[in-house]
Amino acid sequence: MAEIRKADGIVDWLDQRIAIRPLMKVLMTEYWIPKNINFLWAMGVVLVVLFTLLVVSGLFLLMYYKPDTKLAFDSVNYTIMQEVEYGWLWRHLHAVSASVCFLIIYIHMFVGIYYGSYKKGREMIWITGMLLFVLFSAEAFSGYMLPWGQMSYWAAAVITNLFSAIPVIGPDLVIWIRGNFIVSDATLTRFFMLHVVLLPVIIIAVIVMHFYTLRIPHVNNAYGEEIDFEKEAEKFKAGNKKESKVIPFWPMFLSKDFFVASFFLAILFYLTCYHYSFALDPINFDPADHLKTPPHIYPEWYFLWSYEVLRGFFFSADLGLIAFGIANVIFVLLPWLDRSNVVAPAHKRPAFMVWYWVLIADMIVLTIWGKLPPTGVNAYIGFVASILFLFLLLVALPVITKLEAKKNGQ
Amino acid sequence: MGEKEVSRRDFLGMTLGGVAAVGVGASLVAMKSSWDPLPSVVSAGFTTVDLSSMQDGEYRQVEYRGNPVYIIKKTAEMKKCEDRDVVVGNADYSVGIQICTHLGCIPSYSADTTEFHCACHGGKFDACGKNTFGPPPTPMTIPPFKIDGQKLVLGEEGPEYLKLVNKA
Ligand code: FES
Repeated sequence: MAEIRKADGIVDWLDQRIAIRPLMKVLMTEYWIPKNINFLWAMGVVLVVLFTLLVVSGLFLLMYYKPDTKLAFDSVNYTIMQEVEYGWLWRHLHAVSASVCFLIIYIHMFVGIYYGSYKKGREMIWITGMLLFVLFSAEAFSGYMLPWGQMSYWAAAVITNLFSAIPVIGPDLVIWIRGNFIVSDATLTRFFMLHVVLLPVIIIAVIVMHFYTLRIPHVNNAYGEEIDFEKEAEKFKAGNKKESKVIPFWPMFLSKDFFVASFFLAILFYLTCYHYSFALDPINFDPADHLKTPPHIYPEWYFLWSYEVLRGFFFSADLGLIAFGIANVIFVLLPWLDRSNVVAPAHKRPAFMVWYWVLIADMIVLTIWGKLPPTGVNAYIGFVASILFLFLLLVALPVITKLEAKKNGQ
Repeated sequence: MGEKEVSRRDFLGMTLGGVAAVGVGASLVAMKSSWDPLPSVVSAGFTTVDLSSMQDGEYRQVEYRGNPVYIIKKTAEMKKCEDRDVVVGNADYSVGIQICTHLGCIPSYSADTTEFHCACHGGKFDACGKNTFGPPPTPMTIPPFKIDGQKLVLGEEGPEYLKLVNKA
């Protein structure tokens, strides 16, 4: 053991025992961030803030929520909303944060695509990010079910039923997942466990992993420029702050992120207090009834695009399921579907730029039609948009990026 | 000596591997079984329906293992489905689990059109329970049943049920 001296302060005391100074250096003061990034890069920090809010509001909800099919609905809609002081705040905050969280995740993700931040050494950042997306989806889905309203119930019924399409074991698998022939108390309690313990713990672990994957390739920047971080850091440490292309994460970079996060929080609390209803579906204020499906069921807005891919193939359930499966994992493969080595913002890659905006437009169409009833001409629009989605990712992207690579003599 | 040490380590390694494999296997079995439906759920009772009071063309819904089951007493005009109709006495009944075979919503029955309509993705079924339009890939499932005089017992596989299933 190292020799312990009399400490000259709390920091020194900690430093002798847990090496807090080197730790701070590695994590904060000597973790280098490029200067030329814009507010869109603050979405990561915004997500950390949101996740924290979700955990805190979730803990307060957890104290009054009852995971029992007979009590769940009232524990949310009566106890928490009417009896608990500020119970409404936790509930609305939880619902609004969950909804907004997906908005920010999508922005975070599409900023990454726009600037090519998923390629050339940054693949692991992308993969862990997409893993987080899947985990957040599972977290959102398992949480959506807990209030035990009609939408909760039927969302759970439909999603668990998806597994019945798996050959041979499908139907038994569904019963196994539900713990009953139908979505029931056993289903509620196991999803409760997933939502409040298992998934959050895994999410936290993967978030740590996601941060760690940034360590070696570093954060990308607005020009896709390759920066020699060691050299630039030397400049900075030598006091050449103007010339250096990087700044430390703390305190310089975070001060800007705090600004963005504060601005964002103001909007978030405005929504929570005055416009919370967008995050709560009116049908979910009817208690779950396992013998009556609501006339038109749809998921929350953030799942609509993949839901529309699922039902876009209206003439065949199997094709729809396959397409849905592909849509849910295809983004993970993005670093390999993009065959070009160029790391540059989309506006410097003409064909990619077109592809990018067509993709966004298509996903918006899918999202809108995902909410409309699947009848008449809607079914065909959904079908075309679903085909286009698969085409863009599986065919168009590899082709145009291959051409780009050729042009660059790669 | 050197060689012996290696083999001793190999032995330790193999022991560790073996114990770990048994442990992991046993835990997985335990985890899988804990997640299984409880015995009380599996043995959930049978549902007996008395058909004698049903009118021609009447539609009725009963609950079987938490699922809705429809029973329609067919009128003379309604088309027969040799492969699906349940004959009790001298009347034809259409019986099935009223759950859409697409993704599990409950289609609603309209007595006017004698059709089932699934609101979730627009699937349609005829009065026999056969899928006629939309994503549902198969007809609605016929639950196991036994005919007991004028009564229908759901949950038990009677000879009439086995005959229907073997034909289908
Ligand atoms: S669940 Fe009935 S059509 Fe999809």
